[in-house]
Parts: sequence; structure tokens; C-alpha cells
Amino acid sequence: MPTLRFKIYRYNPETDAAPYMQDYELQSEPAGKMLLDALLLLKEQDDTLSLRKSCREGVCGSDAMNINGRNGLACITPLDSLGETVTLRPLPGLPVIRDLIVDMTQFFNQYRSIKPYLINNDPPPETERLQSPAQRAHLNGLYECILCGCCSTACPSFWWNPDKFVGPAGLLQAYRFLADSRDQATAERLDDLEDPYRLFRCHTIMNCVDVCPKELNPTEAIGNIKDMMVKRMV
Amino acid sequence: MVNRVVVGAHYGLRDWLIQRVTAVVMAVYSLALGGWLMWQPYVDYDIWTALFSSQWMRIFTLLFLLSLLLHAWVGVRDVVMDYVKLAGVRLVIHVLVILTLIVYAIWSVQILWGM
Ligand code: SF4
Ligand code: SF4
Ligand code: FES
Repeated sequence: MPTLRFKIYRYNPETDAAPYMQDYELQSEPAGKMLLDALLLLKEQDDTLSLRKSCREGVCGSDAMNINGRNGLACITPLDSLGETVTLRPLPGLPVIRDLIVDMTQFFNQYRSIKPYLINNDPPPETERLQSPAQRAHLNGLYECILCGCCSTACPSFWWNPDKFVGPAGLLQAYRFLADSRDQATAERLDDLEDPYRLFRCHTIMNCVDVCPKELNPTEAIGNIKDMMVKRMV
Repeated sequence: MVNRVVVGAHYGLRDWLIQRVTAVVMAVYSLALGGWLMWQPYVDYDIWTALFSSQWMRIFTLLFLLSLLLHAWVGVRDVVMDYVKLAGVRLVIHVLVILTLIVYAIWSVQILWGM
């Protein structure tokens, strides 16, 4: 059986003065396995190795990490696509709680700040608020986001201003509600984003598009928000 | 003063638009001037001053230079916003950059109409 090699970022703030990279080896056949499978086997060797995971099929977004320099989900990254030595680090730009686990507070604060829910002041109808198939189609490419954080933590603008810049994930969701025919808060939402930091820190670097494991396009959503702002100004 | 994260300055679109529009002006000017230079068999001082003696050329050039200055303002401000963390320092840098750009604007007019 082939030997797989790993270099994994380790940091336990209670015992380590500084983070370090630890080497691991695993006797395992890579074909047909995902990176997360290997990590769980490594965890059997060394149960101090810490990471988050849950669904194991790319829908919960909890096992986002930096894999060979690129953010992705361990559970849907095929092991045989990764080369000889796999280098794993926590998502960049966020405080590390331990090993591969980061503190996502700033990320979720930004998400919360865009009011990620429908705002509609009409009295609720008997059953549901209907959309035509065409109106519903506008949400495609937006609602699929699993808030894994791969995009925002790959964005240099988010690294420099995580407290002020909403980041690609939050902005994609901001557009998701701007694009929803049932939402009535378009003006307030645009007012909230018409800000040099919250939206306009995005310099169209497109790292977000490059890494999104769900193949979504935050840059396009950000462009659409800017278009809406231009349209209402002129 | 409490130390809270403050956002909500309610501008941003204007500057972003300025950056796009000025980029177009600069591109058009550069292409026009570049085309003229390629079309000219040779250029000496007389031909060059003749070109810039026309009022249109001066206005077009001034438009280009003002676009460059505005474009530079948005770009430099973006860099400062990303990397300079203290608001007081940011303010000082912004003021210095604006004053410098105004000086450049006055200087441009002086050069163009003094030729
Ligand atoms: S846009 Fe993609 S990368 Fe960003 S949080 Fe959503 S699923 Fe993750
Ligand atoms: S396109 Fe914008 S949001 Fe996406 S990585 Fe670049 S700066 Fe960040
Ligand atoms: S474990 Fe849920 S996305 Fe990977």
C-alpha cells in the first residue's frame, strides 16, 4: 500500500508557544478516498489532531481548510488529486482556535449584518408567498451557498478589513435577498452596502470565484449589486 | 470616545464610477495619441508644439490629466484604507494626497497653456 505524507498545521494555544507544522504518514490506498477520510484515519493515530466536520458530503461547510495553499472542503477533495505531500493549514486570515479549527465569528457577524432573511411587510398569506418559475430562477447560483468561508478567507480585501468589509460570502447572500421577488427592502439593503468598506473594498481580485467549492460566483453577484446601485443613481 | 467599528459612510459608488469613467477617458486619449505618433513619420519639437498649440488638444490633454489625478486619488485612497489602520494617520495621508493632486492639476494647466 502506498505511503501518503501530510504536513499539518498544529497549534494548541494552551500548550504551544507558537504554531508548527507536523509530519504524518499514512499507509492507505488514495483512490476513491476523500481528504477527510485520510484525516479521520490520521486522527485514529493521533487523537489530539483537531478539525471540524459533519456531513462528509459537501453540504454543511464545516471542514473548510487550506489544502496545498488553496481553500477547499476536505470531504469533497479527492485524495488522489493532491500529489505526494499534502500540506494542510487552517483557513487564512481568521484567528485559530486549535489546529485546523478557526474562529468564524467575524465571518458570521458579516453574514448577519446583511440581514439574511426576507423582509416583507405585507400580511402573510394563508399558505405561502408565491414566485413564478422565472422569479425563482433568479435565485439560482445564490441560494446554494453553504457558508463554508472558503471564499471570504481567500479574499485579500477580507484579510485587511474583516471587521468592515462584508466579504464575498456575505455579499453573495446580500444579492440573494436583493434578487428575491418577495423581498421589499431593496432600498435599505442598497443603502446599507453603499459604503466604501462594506461593499467597495472588493477590487475584483476573483479569488472567491476561484476557490468556491460549490462553484458559485460572488464576483458576479457583487457586480450585480453595483449595477443596481448605478441604476438607482442615474 | 468608544472604540466601535464604524461603517456606513454612504459613499463608494461615486468613487467606483469615477474610477471606471476616468479609465475610459485615459484609454481613449492614450490610443488617440499613440495612433497619432505612429501615423507621424517623425516628430520634432516644432511638430510637437504645433500639436499642443491647438485649443482642442490642450483641453483633451487636460481632461486626460484630470482623469489621471482622480483615478490616482481613488486608487491611493483604496490602498490607504486597506493598509493604514489608524484613522488619524489616514486622514493626514488623505489630505496630503489631495493637496498634492491639486498642485499637479494647477501645474498641468500652467504647462499646457504656457507651451
Ligand atoms: S460562496 Fe462558495 S466559498 Fe463562499 S461561503 Fe458560499 S459556498 Fe463557501
Ligand atoms: S472579487 Fe472581491 S470579494 Fe472576491 S476575492 Fe476579489 S476582492 Fe474579494
Ligand atoms: S463535512 Fe460537511 S462540507 Fe465537508
